[in-house]
Amino acid sequence: MAITDSGAPRESFRLSMLLYDTRYRSYTIQIFVLMLLMLGAAWLIDNTIRNLAALGKDFSFAFLWNIAGYDISQRPIEYDSTMTHGRAAVVGLLNTLILAIMACVLATVIGVIAGVLRLSNNWMVARLMTVYVEVFRNIPTLLWILVFGAIMTEAMPAPSAFRGDDPTASMVFFDSVAITNRGVYVPAPEFSRGLGHISVLGVQPSLNAFAFILIVIGSIWANKRLIAHATRVQNATGIRPKTWWKSILILVGPAALLLWALGFYLTYPELRGFNFQGGIHMRNSLIAMWLGLGIYTGAFIAENVRSGILAVSKGQTEAAFALGMQPGKTMRLVILPQAMRVVIPPLISQYLNITKNTSLGLAVGYMDLRSTLGGITINQTGRELEGMMLMMLIYLLISLTISGAMNVYNSRMKLKER
Amino acid sequence: MSELSVEPGIDRKIDTSHMKVTDEVAIQISQMNKWYGSFHVLRDIDMTVYRGERIVVCGPSGSGKSTLIRCINRLEEHQSGQIIVDGTELTSDLKNIDKVRSEVGMVFQHFNLFPHLTILENCTLAPIWVRKIPKKEADEIAMHFLEKVKIPEQALKYPGQLSGGQQQRVAIARSLCMKPRIMLFDEPTSALDPEMIKEVLDTMVQLAEEGMTMICVTHEMGFAQAVANRVVFMDQGQIVEQNEPREFFRNPRSDRTKLFLSQILGH
Amino acid sequence: MSDTHARTVAYVRDTMLPEQTPPVTERGAVKWMRENLFNGWLSTVLTILSLLVVAWLVAEMGPWLMRSIWNAGSLTECRRIWAEAGVPPGACWGVINDRLNQLLFGFYPPHLYWRPVLALVLLLVALAPILFPSVPRKLIWFSAIYPFVAYFLLWGGTIWLPVSAALGFVVGGAALILLRPLGTLPAVAAAILAPIIWWVVAAGAFTAAMNGILPIGHEFVRSDRFGGFLISLVIGVTGISLSLPLGILLALGRQSDMVLIKSVCVIFIEFIRGVPLITLLFTASLLLNYFLPPGTSFDLVLRVIIMVTLFAAAYMAEVIRGGLAALPRGQYEAADALGLDYWKAQRLIIMPQALKIAIPGIVNTFIGLFKDTTLVVFIGLLDPIGLSNAIRASSDWQGIYWELFIFIGAVFFIFCFGMSRYSMYLERRLRTDHR
Repeated sequence: MAITDSGAPRESFRLSMLLYDTRYRSYTIQIFVLMLLMLGAAWLIDNTIRNLAALGKDFSFAFLWNIAGYDISQRPIEYDSTMTHGRAAVVGLLNTLILAIMACVLATVIGVIAGVLRLSNNWMVARLMTVYVEVFRNIPTLLWILVFGAIMTEAMPAPSAFRGDDPTASMVFFDSVAITNRGVYVPAPEFSRGLGHISVLGVQPSLNAFAFILIVIGSIWANKRLIAHATRVQNATGIRPKTWWKSILILVGPAALLLWALGFYLTYPELRGFNFQGGIHMRNSLIAMWLGLGIYTGAFIAENVRSGILAVSKGQTEAAFALGMQPGKTMRLVILPQAMRVVIPPLISQYLNITKNTSLGLAVGYMDLRSTLGGITINQTGRELEGMMLMMLIYLLISLTISGAMNVYNSRMKLKER
Repeated sequence: MSELSVEPGIDRKIDTSHMKVTDEVAIQISQMNKWYGSFHVLRDIDMTVYRGERIVVCGPSGSGKSTLIRCINRLEEHQSGQIIVDGTELTSDLKNIDKVRSEVGMVFQHFNLFPHLTILENCTLAPIWVRKIPKKEADEIAMHFLEKVKIPEQALKYPGQLSGGQQQRVAIARSLCMKPRIMLFDEPTSALDPEMIKEVLDTMVQLAEEGMTMICVTHEMGFAQAVANRVVFMDQGQIVEQNEPREFFRNPRSDRTKLFLSQILGH
Repeated sequence: MSDTHARTVAYVRDTMLPEQTPPVTERGAVKWMRENLFNGWLSTVLTILSLLVVAWLVAEMGPWLMRSIWNAGSLTECRRIWAEAGVPPGACWGVINDRLNQLLFGFYPPHLYWRPVLALVLLLVALAPILFPSVPRKLIWFSAIYPFVAYFLLWGGTIWLPVSAALGFVVGGAALILLRPLGTLPAVAAAILAPIIWWVVAAGAFTAAMNGILPIGHEFVRSDRFGGFLISLVIGVTGISLSLPLGILLALGRQSDMVLIKSVCVIFIEFIRGVPLITLLFTASLLLNYFLPPGTSFDLVLRVIIMVTLFAAAYMAEVIRGGLAALPRGQYEAADALGLDYWKAQRLIIMPQALKIAIPGIVNTFIGLFKDTTLVVFIGLLDPIGLSNAIRASSDWQGIYWELFIFIGAVFFIFCFGMSRYSMYLERRLRTDHR
C-alpha cells in the first residue's frame, strides 16, 4: 500500500485567514490599500476635470508655442519678447543650470577650505571658521540672498561714479572688472579667427566652444595616460617619474594653443555715457544668487568635509606614520581615499539642494526656470496646472539624474565587508 | 613567598637557538619625561634595550606604558630627556624621525589596517612609497611575510572581510615588510576574542625565535614567561621594577608589583 | 626558556617620584600661543590674516553700531539727526522700534496680542516634558491637549470646534480599546476610520448644537491677519510636530516587505525630495483648488501647513531610514524571538534606538523646516521677510536694509542655534544612558 500522505495535514481555507495568516495577510492589506489609492486618484481626477470645465479651460500644452511677450534680462542665448513661451522656459532652464553650476563650484571651494581650516591647530582660524559655519547655517537662505542683493544694489557705486578725472570708484583686476550697483561687468572672450556658429533647434552654440571643450577633454585623457605610464614605471623600477610639470603642460598647453590659433582676445567693459558697454554683464540678480547660494551652502559642505576627515580614525594616520610614510603621502594614499567615501554622498546632496534653491531667484529678479515657466508664463496664460506640472517634471528629472549619479558612485565605492 | 601561578599559554617547545641578547645597544632612554598639558605622564624614565632582548612591559592602566613605546617611534613627543634609537637621537628633526620609523615596526591594539586597500596592498604600500621598491619585488616580499603569518590565501581580500585574529596577523606582516630591526607591540591581543589570541601570540613567539628585538606592552603573562628575557613593571609613569621573568613572577619585591600581580594572576 | 643576559640587572625602585610641573616653555600662555597660533609659517600667516579680517569687521561695524539711533519715525529723521550731529550715518534701529509689533504679529488685532503671547508661553510649557526628562510626567497630558488650546487662542471662534476635533481622537482611542480583542488589524482600522467618520459627519453638527446650547468663544481672527514671526512659528511648530510621526510611518513603509506599500512610499519620498519647496507651496496655493470638489476652499495657512508637513516628512523619512539601517540586524531578530508583533517591536525596541541614532539628522530637518518657513513670502503670506520687503517699500523707511536683516537674522539664529545646541545636549545625555 503506497503511502500517499504528503506530509503535514493542510488546513482548508477559511475567510479569516485573509487577516491572520501571514501568507495572505500582506496581500489583503495591499489590495485594500490599492483600492483606497485608486478611489482617491479617481476622486482627484474627477474633481480636476469638473473644475477645469467650470472655468472653461482645457488641459493642453499648446501655450508653449504662443508668443511670450516679456523680456528676460539675463539670457545666455538669444531671446526677445517676440519668441515663444517654450523658448522662455528654455532660457529659464539654462539660467537655472548656469547658476547651479557656478554656485556648486563656489560652495565646494569655500566648503573644502573652511572645513579643512576648521580642523587646523591654529586656534584663531578654527574659531573664525566655526563662526562662519554657525552664522550661515542658522539663518535662512532667502535672507542671505536678499542681503547680498541689497549689498549689490545699495552699497556698490553707480557707473557714474567711475567717470571723471577723480572718480570715487575704480575697476579692479587691472582695470578689467567693474563692480557697480547695476551688476558686475567682466571681460568677454572674442575670437578674431573664430569658427563661427551652427544653428541647432533655434539655438546658436558657438563652434569655438565645442572645439575648446573637445581639446580640454583630450587634454584630460592625455593626462590620465601620463599618470598611468608613471605608475607603470614606478611598479617596474620603484622610482616614480616627476609628472607635475608634464601634467601642467598637457592640461594647459593644447587649450592655450587653440585659443591662440583662433585669435582669442578679451573685450573689456568701458564706461560710455551713463553705463558700461562691452564685456559680459552679470546682473545683480545673478551675483546675489551666486554669492548667497554659494557661501550659504559652503557652510554645510564645510561641515561635511570636517566630519569626513574626522571619520577617518586617528589610528590610520598613526599606522601610516609608524610605517615611515610622510604626512603628504599619508594624506594622499590613506586619509583622503577614506574621507572621500564619507564626504562625497552628502556633497552631492548639497549640489541637489543648490539646484533646487535656484528657484528662489524670483526674490531678486533672477529669471530661472521657476520665474519664467512657473511665474510670468503661467500668470499670463492662466495655464497653472500644465505649467506647474511641466516645471515639477523638469526639476524631478534633474534631481533624479543627480541622485542616480550618487547611487552609482556609492555602489562602486563601497568598502567590502563580510 | 607563595608561588604565584602563571599559566604557560604557549604550549609548544620554543626554539631558543637564535634568541640571544647581544651587547649592542638598540634603544637608549635617559631621564625621559613627558607631560600631557600639566599631567606628568612619564617620569624620569631610564631604560636601555640591547639588541635581541624581548621585553614585556606591564602595569595598571594609566601607568604610561603605551605612551612609553609610542615615544620610541615618535608617535608621541617627549619634553625632556633623550631617546636614542639605533644611534639616531629622536628630536623634532624630521629626517631623524623618518629614519627611526623605518627601522622600528609597530603593531597596534586596534590593528589599524587600511580598509580601502587589499591585504596585499596594505603590506606593499610602505615598501613602494617609502623604500621605493618596484611593485613586483614588493609583492614577493609581502607574500613571503603573509606566508610567515600563515594567511597567504587572504592576500586579495579586504580587511573588512577578515576576522580580528587574521587582521592582527596581517598587521604584523605589514610591519615586517619594512624589515625593521625593532618591533613594538601595543597590547596586540587586547581587542581580540579569546580563541584568536593564540594565533597572534604564536606569530609573536615565532618572531622572537628568529631573534627579533621586541618590546611588548601586554597582559599575557604566559607569553612573558615563555619568551621574554626581561619584564618591566610600570606604575604612575615610572619604572617600578624589572627583572627576568622567573624571578619577577616568583619574587616580586615592590609592594605595588605584588598588588598588580595578585590582581591579574590571582584569579 | 628564555635567555638570561648578565646585563639585565634586576631593579627595584624604593621611592616613587612625585609629579612635577612641566618646564616653562611647555606651559602657560606662551606655549599655548606657540602651538595654537604660530606653529609654522603657514599657521603664522593664517593667524595674521584672521586678525586682519577681524580687525576690518570691527572697524566697519563698530562705529556704525556706536552711532545707533533708537527713537526715530523714519529714515529721513535718522539722517537728519546724524547730519545735525555732524557724524556719518550709523544704525537706525528706529525701524525695529517702530515696526516691532508688525514684525512679531503681522496684522493681528493689537488688542488681542495677549492671545499669541499666551499661546507661546503655553508652548514652552507643553514642550518642557517632551524635551527635558526631569520635568514631572503628568505635564504630558497638557502637551496632548495643547494643539487644541493653541488653535483656540490663536484663531478664536467657538470653543466647541477644537473640542469636537479633540473628541475625534477620543473616539479613535475608544475604538482601538473596544475592538482590541478582535485582533490588531481590525482595531487599528477602526481607530483610523472612526475619527474620520466623526469628523466628516458628526463634528459639524455637534459644534453647532453645543454652540446653540452653551455659546462659549471669543473673537475670531482670520488667517490673513497672521504675519511676521507669529506665522513662522505657527507653520514651523505645526510642521515639526506633525512631520515626525508621519516621517516615521513613511520610513517604516519604505522598509516594508509589501511591494505596493514600499513603492508608494518610495515614489512619494523621491517626488517630494526632487522638487523645490516653492513648487509645492505653489501647488498648495494655486493647484489644490483644482483637486478638490468645486466650491470648496479652505484656509491658505492650513494648506501651507499641510504641504510643509508633507515636505518635511519626506526628508524625515530618509533620516529615520538611516537610523533604522544603522541598527544591527540582531535587534529585529531578538524582538521577533521574544514573540513581539510588528507594531510592538517597533514601538518598544526598534524605534527608540533608531530615533536615538538619527537625532542629529532629525534636528537638522527641524532647523531646515523652520528656515524654510520664510518661503511663504512667495505665495503672499507676510512672514518676516515679506514684511521686511513691505517695510522697505514704504515711504518712511525706503532704503533701509541692514537693520531689518540683522534683526530678522538674529531671531532666526537664536531659534536655530538653540535647536542645534539642544540636539547636542540630547545626544550627550542619551549617550551616557547607553553606557
